[in-house]
Amino acid sequence: MASTYEPIANATGTGSSGQVTFSSIPGTYTDLILVTHYIDVQIDNLGLRFNSDSGSNYSRTSMYGTGSSRSSSKNSNQTYAYTMYKDTNTTTDPVYATTQIMNYSSSATYKNLINRTGTKSGSTYNVFLQTLVWRSNNAITQIDIYSGNANFSTNCKWTLFGVKAA
Amino acid sequence: MANTYQLIEAKTLNSNQTSITFSSIPQTYIDLLIKASTRNLASNSSGINIYLNSTTPGSQYTEVRLYGTGSATGSDTGNSTISISTQGGGGGYTANTFGNTEIYIPDYTSSNYKTVSADGVPENDATATLLMLTAGLRSNTAAVTSVILEAYESSFVSGSTFYLYGIKNS
Repeated sequence: MASTYEPIANATGTGSSGQVTFSSIPGTYTDLILVTHYIDVQIDNLGLRFNSDSGSNYSRTSMYGTGSSRSSSKNSNQTYAYTMYKDTNTTTDPVYATTQIMNYSSSATYKNLINRTGTKSGSTYNVFLQTLVWRSNNAITQIDIYSGNANFSTNCKWTLFGVKAA
Repeated sequence: MANTYQLIEAKTLNSNQTSITFSSIPQTYIDLLIKASTRNLASNSSGINIYLNSTTPGSQYTEVRLYGTGSATGSDTGNSTISISTQGGGGGYTANTFGNTEIYIPDYTSSNYKTVSADGVPENDATATLLMLTAGLRSNTAAVTSVILEAYESSFVSGSTFYLYGIKNS
C-alpha cells in the first residue's frame, strides 16, 4: 500500500526568533497539512506567508465560538494568512491547530486553506474554523510562520505533512 | 520515507455497547487520530464523550463547542467532559444514518496538559441535524495510554466503527 501521509519536516521554536520557515517543499503531494502545537504566554497571532509573498494577497473568513457567544468575520487583503488568535495565555494550556493547504503545487489556481484551532486559557475559551485563500497561482515551495508579537519558545512545535491522493 | 499514518487498532461493534476503549496505546507516535462512524440508540441528537486514561476526575476536563443545526448556531462550554455531538440517533433521525467523527490528540506522550480537537458531521437528510467543532483540554500531565469513547446517551448501535491511528513526524 502506498504511503500517503508523510512527514516532510518539523520545527521547534528557539526562543530567539519569531519566525519559522519550511523551505524547499517538494511538489509531489496533493495537499499539505501543518500541525501546530504550542504553549507560550506571549503569542497571540500566527501568520503564514507563502513563497515570501508580503503583498496584500491573503483573505480569510472565520467562524468561532467562545462558549457563551459565537460569531463570524471576514478579513480581506491582508499581508499574512492569520490562522489563529488567542486572547490570553497560561503556562499550562496548549494551543492546537491543523491547517490543510489544498492543491498547493498547482500553477493554475489560487490556494485555499482550512484551519481548525482550539484554545483554552484559564477561563477563556476559543474554538475556530477558518477558510483562507492566498491569491497566487504559484506552487507553494516555502511556508513562513510568524509570531505577531514575540519570539517562539521551545514549547512551540510544528510538523508539516504531505498527503498523496494515490 | 516512513509510513506515519498507521492503524493501531480497529473496532466494529457486533452488539450495542455503551462505550469502547483503546488501551495499551503504544508511545511511539507524536499524535493520535481517531475516525469513528457511529449511531446512537438515544431518541434525540446525542454524542460521544471522550476521556483520556480515565473518566475521572471530571474537574480535569473542559471544553468549548461551536455548532450549527441547519437553522441556528451556538457555542457552549463544559467543565466535566469533552464531548462531540455527531450522531443521527433514533427518534427523529433517518434510519440507518451514521455520524462521522474525527478526533485528534496531539503530543499525547508529553508531560504537558492534553488537548483534543474533534469535529462531527451527522447529515441525515432530515430537518434537524447537528454539526459540531469541539476543542477540549484534560488538565493532566500523564501520557495518554488509553482512550475511552462513551455514548453520551444510551449506547452505540451494532455496526458502529472506530479506528485509531498513530502519526509520526519522522
